[in-house]
Amino acid sequence: MESVNLVGPILVMLAVAGALLLADAFLLPLLGPWRGRGTWALAVLGPAGAVAWGAAHAMAGSEGAAFQGAYTLDAFSLYFALLVAAVTGAAVLVSPDYLGEGRHQAEYYALMLASGAGLMTLAGATDLISLFVALELTSLAQFVLVGFLRDDRGAEAAIKYIVLGAISAAITLYGIALLFGATGHTSLAQVREAVPAALAERRPVMVLAFIFLAAGLGFKMAIVPFQMWVPDVYQGAPTPVTAYISVASKAGGFAAALRVFVDALGVEPLAREWATMFAVLSALSMVLGNVMALVQSDIKRMLGYSSIAQAGYFLIGLAAVAAGDPQWELGTGGVLFFLGSYAFTNMGAFAVIIAISRHIGTDEIADYSGMARRSPLLALALTMCLVSLTGIPPTAGFVAKLYIFNAAIQAHLVWLAVLGVVNSVVSAYYYLRVVLTMFVGEPAAPGEVRPTPLLGAVTAAATVGLLVVGIFPFPLLEAAERAAGALI
Amino acid sequence: MLSLLVFLPLAGAAAVALLPRHRQMEARWLALATSLVCLALALTLFAAYDRGGEQFQFVDRHQWLSSRLAPFAIQYMLGVDGLSLPLVVLTAFLTTVAVLVSWDVQLRPKEYFAWLLVLETSLLGVFSALDLVLFFLFFELELVPMYFLISIWGTGRRIYSAWKYVFFTFFGSAFMLVGILALGLAAGTFDMRELQAMGPLREAVLPAEAIFAFLMVGFGVKLPVVPLHTWLPDAHTDAPTAVSVILAGVLLKMGGYGILRLCLSILPEVAQQASLYLGAFAAASILYGALATLMQDDLKRLIAYSSVSHMGYVLLGASALGTVGLVGASMQMFTHGLITGLLFVMVGLVYERTHTREIRNLGGLAPHLPYLTVVMVFAGLASLGLPSLAGFVSEATVFLGTFPKHQALAIMGVLGVVLAAAYILWMVQRVFWGEPRRPWHGLREAVAWWERVPTMALMAAILLIGLYPAVLMDLVELGVRPIAERLA
Repeated sequence: MESVNLVGPILVMLAVAGALLLADAFLLPLLGPWRGRGTWALAVLGPAGAVAWGAAHAMAGSEGAAFQGAYTLDAFSLYFALLVAAVTGAAVLVSPDYLGEGRHQAEYYALMLASGAGLMTLAGATDLISLFVALELTSLAQFVLVGFLRDDRGAEAAIKYIVLGAISAAITLYGIALLFGATGHTSLAQVREAVPAALAERRPVMVLAFIFLAAGLGFKMAIVPFQMWVPDVYQGAPTPVTAYISVASKAGGFAAALRVFVDALGVEPLAREWATMFAVLSALSMVLGNVMALVQSDIKRMLGYSSIAQAGYFLIGLAAVAAGDPQWELGTGGVLFFLGSYAFTNMGAFAVIIAISRHIGTDEIADYSGMARRSPLLALALTMCLVSLTGIPPTAGFVAKLYIFNAAIQAHLVWLAVLGVVNSVVSAYYYLRVVLTMFVGEPAAPGEVRPTPLLGAVTAAATVGLLVVGIFPFPLLEAAERAAGALI
Repeated sequence: MLSLLVFLPLAGAAAVALLPRHRQMEARWLALATSLVCLALALTLFAAYDRGGEQFQFVDRHQWLSSRLAPFAIQYMLGVDGLSLPLVVLTAFLTTVAVLVSWDVQLRPKEYFAWLLVLETSLLGVFSALDLVLFFLFFELELVPMYFLISIWGTGRRIYSAWKYVFFTFFGSAFMLVGILALGLAAGTFDMRELQAMGPLREAVLPAEAIFAFLMVGFGVKLPVVPLHTWLPDAHTDAPTAVSVILAGVLLKMGGYGILRLCLSILPEVAQQASLYLGAFAAASILYGALATLMQDDLKRLIAYSSVSHMGYVLLGASALGTVGLVGASMQMFTHGLITGLLFVMVGLVYERTHTREIRNLGGLAPHLPYLTVVMVFAGLASLGLPSLAGFVSEATVFLGTFPKHQALAIMGVLGVVLAAAYILWMVQRVFWGEPRRPWHGLREAVAWWERVPTMALMAAILLIGLYPAVLMDLVELGVRPIAERLA
């Protein structure tokens, strides 16, 4: 029973997902015209319950290993469980305005909750087997969600996502197999103990294993060179799903990477090698993501490339973890804090995009012209989000960048910090270009743009959140550091 | 008290922004009232500063961002000394001037005044922050209002100029951020008071010379130092009048202030090595700026280039590393703020009446615009350093301070004054006297109260400091003494 309590938040998500499918077959049709709303209301219960249960865990300070160590509840997995549940909740909240009264709504929400449950498991998976199962659970659900609209773009995106996702899953599995072969264990803690011996005897296998694992998880983290799917999927998927993938799925990828690399492989001298690899990948992601984002005309595609660049900033933290070994936690804490502030920022941005595209029907940046006069509040909210992505105070993005660059400098990765800061300068161009279009351009069409109350509420919550984190970062920072401390 | 002063404009901005759309007149009055209260507060601080007391006064200090992992804490700490207090007063004064001279703005006045007040908060914050990270935060915050003010309310190639401004500043502050982080890490604190009292840096991530250079790049862009000045003529020329006033009057001083406060007083050993280089850059700025000014045909661009030359004196005085030179440098910051502020106001007023800034199209304005002519001649004389006006005091002090240390450079600096006389007198002659190039029929002066009051106030201030410099100089001397002691 104790195990069940520990994985409670995940179970709630799964239970509601199952209930949605059943209710859709029997109960929900009885609601008649209220069917869509009924489905939605049931779906909201999942993330809400998960957040409540997770908060209860946080307050009780409960910790422990469940199911013979397949899943561990600690500050780290709890941080991610709450993050993913909240992001899933936000994605569910903004979905009805995007989907309208279309078909298969129950399946849509059920898949989203199942995917969320997978990501929550991923962060707490302390065994390579459960890690892989969680990865598959979230990926399979996402494949269907991406193609949910069944238009040409969506179909192309889904195929691309499935094919590349399958390859990445296979590569991850190879990495797991190699690691198991070299160390003889699947439990992360036991792998860690076996690493020095394995390194002495089978060094090439170990190196190959961590490269494969980085490649496989790199797909989820959306870092260069495993980013090919990002722009098409971001553009083609339903926007709430894009928001979800850009935040929750990426967070899951980083959670798994931190678990595997810091928890299991965070042993000198191996750590120094993968840290160097991540430093290089970070540099590539920042540069490529930012340069490609410069030339995009579709806002979802632009945010796709921007998310690659942001992942590059997160990776700075991962590279700093090993390079600055007296203070392992600083880099990890940086990644966690950055992910938290990024969640507010990107969810806010996508909520605004949903609200605006409902009215104007396109995602072209040019059509956002004069938005400041058609909807001052939405324009202001999007501006705050973009300012936060750029890393200008007083937003969460500024504190996050400050913290992670600081971690890099402490870890003697000055070149990476400088590159990161220079990249922020480049990114200002395409982020602020949108702001410019909204505030300076003439309105592309007459008429006000009003968000629905729900979208307005999500937007407001995200915007206020990113300002609060920007001005009073301490609570989130403390949570992130506590979570980072749980890793080692 | 100091916190109230810093954040009052922000509250005023929020109030202005929240006014209903048609309440444009109220927006103006509210902005004026806010800026006047700030000015009153700043003057109260100026009067209440205890000349015999400790260096930093009116300190507000709270723990802001403390991390369990990072070896230092970031504080919310404000305070002023003799170096920063005059600049705080200058900011409050010039913002009031800026609000008045933009009384007639018709394009979205509510937003305009709100941004102007946000700008004031960030500037006051820069000058009163005593924590390096807080300083950086305010330093960056200034970009947001400036970007909007130039790109929406500017003239000419305003969007290009706003971009260029943001890019140069952001680029410079990228280096500055790395320098600040490295400095804080090496010292284990971001507290400027502790940093000032510290001995030479040991065990830095970066060598102290590199930190110094990084900081200099950031402040050099802002000051600006040739060859990092190219943003300045564009931004000044295309910004609306009031923004040019603040840009030249206050924003440039952020660079000078940073050099004195950070580079010289925290890294005195490096400053001693770099003294000659700084002086050489200063001389280059003075001469290059003056020569470029001679060749300008646009009235506003002419004043802008003259700023490059005049800010060179700040660096020249600083490069001497002695009390006299430093007093000269900080006096020059203050007086240049007043004089160039007045010059930009005048250019704006002339432009509003003639609708051209091309010097070749002007000429023979004196009979038509007697009041403007008098004020412009007054400002021009102050700018070229006529004794009994403010410019003379500061420039003479700079030369006095520099001559013993860098004789040749001081002489080159004096050459700049000769050139200043040439370009100012030639400009006045071409614009106000000589043959009218156009028939100025119907050109009526009709100086409104909101034009007369700020020009009178600026002239009074320039005359006051010119005749009785001690009103400011003893305070400034208190401010630079600790720095000079560190350098000795």
